[in-house]
Amino acid sequence: MAALISIRGLKKAFGDYTVLHGIDLDIAEGEVVCVIGPSGSGKSTLIRCINRLEPFDPDSTITVDGIKVEQGVALAKVRAEVGMVFQSFNLFPHMTVLSNVMLAPMRVRGTMPAAAEQKARDLLARVGISEQAEKFPAQLSGGQQQRVAIARALAMEPKVLLFDEPTSALDPEMVGEVLDVMRTLAGSGVTMVVVTHEMGFARQVADRVIFMDGGRIVEEGPPAQIFDTPRQERTRGFLRAVLNH
Amino acid sequence: MNLINTFFNVGVLLDSLPQLLWGLVVTLQIGITSILCGLAAGLFLAVARLYVPAFGQVLIRIYVDIFRSIPLLVLLIIVYYALPFVGIRLSPFLSAVTALSLVSAAYTAEIFRAGIEAIPHGQFEASAALGLSNRHTMVDVILPQAIRIVIPPLTNNCINVLKDTALASVVAMPDLLKQATQAQALAANPTPLIGAAILYVMLLWPMVTIVAKLEKHFSRGKR
Repeated sequence: MAALISIRGLKKAFGDYTVLHGIDLDIAEGEVVCVIGPSGSGKSTLIRCINRLEPFDPDSTITVDGIKVEQGVALAKVRAEVGMVFQSFNLFPHMTVLSNVMLAPMRVRGTMPAAAEQKARDLLARVGISEQAEKFPAQLSGGQQQRVAIARALAMEPKVLLFDEPTSALDPEMVGEVLDVMRTLAGSGVTMVVVTHEMGFARQVADRVIFMDGGRIVEEGPPAQIFDTPRQERTRGFLRAVLNH
Repeated sequence: MNLINTFFNVGVLLDSLPQLLWGLVVTLQIGITSILCGLAAGLFLAVARLYVPAFGQVLIRIYVDIFRSIPLLVLLIIVYYALPFVGIRLSPFLSAVTALSLVSAAYTAEIFRAGIEAIPHGQFEASAALGLSNRHTMVDVILPQAIRIVIPPLTNNCINVLKDTALASVVAMPDLLKQATQAQALAANPTPLIGAAILYVMLLWPMVTIVAKLEKHFSRGKR
């Protein structure tokens, strides 16, 4: 099976500080990949390069569904196929929940308002917040806002969904509702790349777990292998630290 | 009693009132035209500054800085008295509107830039991640939020433009101040000047209170 996302020699530096030291990674269609690792390991930067929210070294290549991710007209096309859910939700505060979900299909895909609204209502039902459609984001809880953000990303029918620490900004009691939605998505065959600190979720839902440290992929494999029989000492140290508290 | 006859002479005021009101109309014509031109140009400059190459950004920056530094009266006199030497001959009305708009555009550009910069970066990222074009990002996401922020300083700028229209009297524009000075000369009594001052205050006082209310309203609405 050809890779949906193909990353070759991905390098990224902020000034003198190198964040990513040449990452090679292939992600297949339908695969759920969780990226774990300590803060500053480059995991968020990695997924932000996939839709080029972060520009990267010109010698590196990333392709999504065969389209090269580079500055230019093709970039909007890639971004339309790659949904993203942010740590801080980034909903549009001046629009209702429904309008948040309807905007991109109408503007980018040219969907008619009636069809976009139908779609948006279906998606809001799917993430369990149909009753909140007419409200503004500020009137919702964090967990509800993040579920709207997931619906907004899904409205574009992306080929892949990127999650950048989607539960890190949430109150603990709201983490579960967001993870539940993500679990359902993963089960329905959506390709997902998830940067997370939720080890339980990674173990349970991921097809593959990637452990990053210092801008490199230290170890990757099925969750059972990474969590139960990690080969690298660095992985063992990290897991010991996060699991024993 | 003498003082009242000098400064608040009702007969003189009533005689000069039609002239003053004509002046007020001219003042409003100059002011509103300049405000609209300045608004459009300022918004254009602020948005262009985000997307043009570095060289263009420097040019916009220079424009904004120059026209915020130059005294309006100096600019107006240059436009009206100096430009004819290079063959650009503008009517008093156009001279006043040009000078006022050039300056207002510079201030408006700064106001919009500050408003756009106040929008969290995540809003730009979310728009980009959805595949929205620059135009849609601005029109649908950024500007609707920025405009709420910039309404109080923009209204302030409108007040300044309306006040500065009085400078147009130096290029023989029959605005409110000019009419008042002419009426004063005719009646040999300063009451028309007082009348003009009162008309300026009546026009601008409501706007000043609106700005205060808006500022209070928006600072309360902040999360």
